[in-house]
Amino acid sequence: MSNVRVLVGTKKGAFVLSADGKRKDWKVDGPFFAGWEIYHMKGSPVDSNRIYVSQTSGWFGQLIQRSDDGGKTWHQPGMPNEAIPPPGPPKALPNRFAYDTSEKTGKPLTTHQWYDGTQHPWEFKRVWHVEPSLTDADTVYAGVEDAALFRSTDGGENWHELAGLRGHGTGPMWQPGAGGMGLHTIILDPSDPKRIYIAISAAGAFRTNDGGATWKPINKGLRSQFIPDQTAEVGHCVHHVAMHRSRPNVLFMQKHWDVMRSDDAGENWREVSGDLPTDFGFVIDVHAHEPETVYVVPIKSDSEHFPLEGKLRVYRSRKGGNEWEALAKGLPERDCYVNVLRDSMAVDTLDNCGVYFGTTGGQVYASADAGDNWSPIVHDLPAVLSVEVQTLQ
Amino acid sequence: MTDAKSPDGSGGAGTVTIRVALPYHLRNLAHIDGDVLLDVAAPVTLRSVLDALEARYPMLRGTIRDYGTGQRRAFLRFFACEEDWSLESLDKPLPQEVASGKEPLLILGAIAGG
Repeated sequence: MSNVRVLVGTKKGAFVLSADGKRKDWKVDGPFFAGWEIYHMKGSPVDSNRIYVSQTSGWFGQLIQRSDDGGKTWHQPGMPNEAIPPPGPPKALPNRFAYDTSEKTGKPLTTHQWYDGTQHPWEFKRVWHVEPSLTDADTVYAGVEDAALFRSTDGGENWHELAGLRGHGTGPMWQPGAGGMGLHTIILDPSDPKRIYIAISAAGAFRTNDGGATWKPINKGLRSQFIPDQTAEVGHCVHHVAMHRSRPNVLFMQKHWDVMRSDDAGENWREVSGDLPTDFGFVIDVHAHEPETVYVVPIKSDSEHFPLEGKLRVYRSRKGGNEWEALAKGLPERDCYVNVLRDSMAVDTLDNCGVYFGTTGGQVYASADAGDNWSPIVHDLPAVLSVEVQTLQ
Repeated sequence: MTDAKSPDGSGGAGTVTIRVALPYHLRNLAHIDGDVLLDVAAPVTLRSVLDALEARYPMLRGTIRDYGTGQRRAFLRFFACEEDWSLESLDKPLPQEVASGKEPLLILGAIAGG
């Protein structure tokens, strides 16, 4: 029988929630890395025991952790995991995210736009998202703040920037969203290993067709009221993008405001907010087996980051957008003022698709029937920053 | 106290044994309890102590000094003999009490955040 493992990153540590395929009785392990912010954790599709974690702290900086046994034990890749390590310098620099400014492969560091419109130095702050390769357990991508894309091909021991993105040339027009200028979305195309989509707040979405050497902004059709040129090539606050693996040309986007759809690999976007009560939000995801079934969690506004009327509701469209239904069974019907952050929704791949999301109030909700009914797995974790799911055969 | 001295317990040729007190999260990261004992070549400075600490516990690299700049991370402070050394030159000799191992070098996390 299949099992599921839900990987939860929170503001104060990581948690691993496990259940069998019925998804009723849950075991909660953690906190791991207690007291540290866990921006994101994700398992390898190639080896489910391999899990990568972004562990970060305002005091101590950025760390990468890895498990090779499904979350039972953890280590910094390439680092000795004992009190007295062997002598000699370490061969790995697992926590070093240095922008590549070399003549051969890099791009010069530029500035980006600051909140007040002035230019600001590009500075590494943290890893927002880790995306393991679809084909190699030792290859993993990292999206960082200030925005850039890194890759490791040795299990996270050493990281190298794919500098063509940061050096795209539009960098001075990128600007931070409220949470910083983070690269938060990395989508690997299962049909073409050289094609990758990424998204940055607030620059927009980009696509590479050559494995990361060159990048194209793919923001045509987006309209953002907070930038001088509302339809500019870059500068859009894209909150998250989702794709169904069977249709890598079809993308769904939750923008700052607006839910968007592209049917041509991001070349053109059209709004599919339709009858949503508000189209501001952060998360968006696609059903594991129904490419036209999409989920969002509408949030009241960019000034009030909580659900409308204190009612927490997931909205589902079975038609690829425009027509949405509220899913409320088992979710709070009153006095709920949490947020659901951009990396905090995921789906499993069991026959009856499971949907999961976490809140800034520390709840992780699960539905074992594609969103029809919900129940909390946990009520009282620290604020949830990310949720990922592994379906284990 | 975690003894990371030379196997014979002395400071080794040309070195002295000094003590370093780390903040809670860094002790956890390095899998150690209590103060760290380190053999450091004279003259004992913040730089030579941090170099020795990171060589012995490579998992701490980047957590005290920024990888890129080599500078102290903004929310960490250094104290020696009840004096704030956070803004001193990394190459200034530390007080004799620290250099002799009588007093520890304290590395503290600023009290901030939630």
